[in-house]
Amino acid sequence: MMIETTGNSLIWLMLAMALVTLATRWGGVYVMSMVPIGPRGQRFIEGMSGSVLIALLAPMAVKGDVGAQCGLLATALAMLACRKPMVAITAGVCAAAVARQVFV
Amino acid sequence: MSERQNAQIREVFDTQQVWKGFCKLAPISMFVVVFGAAFGLAAAQQGLSDASTVAMSALVFAGYAQFAALDMWGAQVPLFTLLATVFAINARHLLMGATLYPWLSSMSVRKRYGVMTVVSDANWAMSLQHYQNGQSGLGVLFGGGLALWLFWVVGTWLGVAFGSGISGGSATMERFGLDMVVGCFLLAMAFGGEQRLREWLIWLVAGVVSLLVWGVLEANSYVVAGAVAGGLFNVLLHERKSQQTEAKP
Repeated sequence: MMIETTGNSLIWLMLAMALVTLATRWGGVYVMSMVPIGPRGQRFIEGMSGSVLIALLAPMAVKGDVGAQCGLLATALAMLACRKPMVAITAGVCAAAVARQVFV
Repeated sequence: MSERQNAQIREVFDTQQVWKGFCKLAPISMFVVVFGAAFGLAAAQQGLSDASTVAMSALVFAGYAQFAALDMWGAQVPLFTLLATVFAINARHLLMGATLYPWLSSMSVRKRYGVMTVVSDANWAMSLQHYQNGQSGLGVLFGGGLALWLFWVVGTWLGVAFGSGISGGSATMERFGLDMVVGCFLLAMAFGGEQRLREWLIWLVAGVVSLLVWGVLEANSYVVAGAVAGGLFNVLLHERKSQQTEAKP
């Protein structure tokens, strides 16, 4: 179904996008409150929490371009060296920018 | 994080904590301004009006999904494809809500969903890190979320207001490495917590599974697959451990 991106239909379209996004923000909590969680469920969630991060990052690191790889490497090294997130992120972004200037 | 730590955390959620969280996420939000400006710029190039671009950032508040929407923008857009794409990219929020539930469950229903309204990658990761270090993370979640939302909207506005002189939204962003802000932030958060062998093993499983699924299945399902694999692996680790303890006399 095609929808116009002008006037009223644009407003409805944006509201629909907002609602779908809100459903994802609320849905996880809602489902969890409906399902009783035993010790197993708790361990599942415990294991999942860090895994979301890694699952997001792994393809970025392995399949990303050289800029993405240098950025993540610099972030990791800076984090191990000084444990300051802002320093690490700045280092990562700069490394990505430099790598793309040099290699692309 | 162990059960022992969970019990020790005293939940504090008041204006002071929310403000603290706001200030904690404010530095990273400077990057979010640039990200938002790039979105404003790209939206203007796709022919979206200034007002609707800012409205979209304020209402949807999901950067990757909004950029994806721009990709299919025109005089007409395919409604269901667009909404399905938005859902797929944002499905990671479902996992975030589930991982925070053990702490959110202590709040009233209204507060619980109020806090989750502004959940995003950065404030979720930081609040999780707080819990892993034995601190309350709800202030960071909500206050940090408000900061991210505010700077995202302000950035978008700056992009549409002053962007006419600059060309090439997302290409410019990539040239300066700004597309890596969220990735670098998440990685910094992963390294900020306490790591034991157990976490490394779980991460290995999650990483390998997400890589295997990446590019094979639908967009963004690799996040869900990796996360679920990590969760299941943690359950298995525990079962094996308890079997071993039972076997001992």
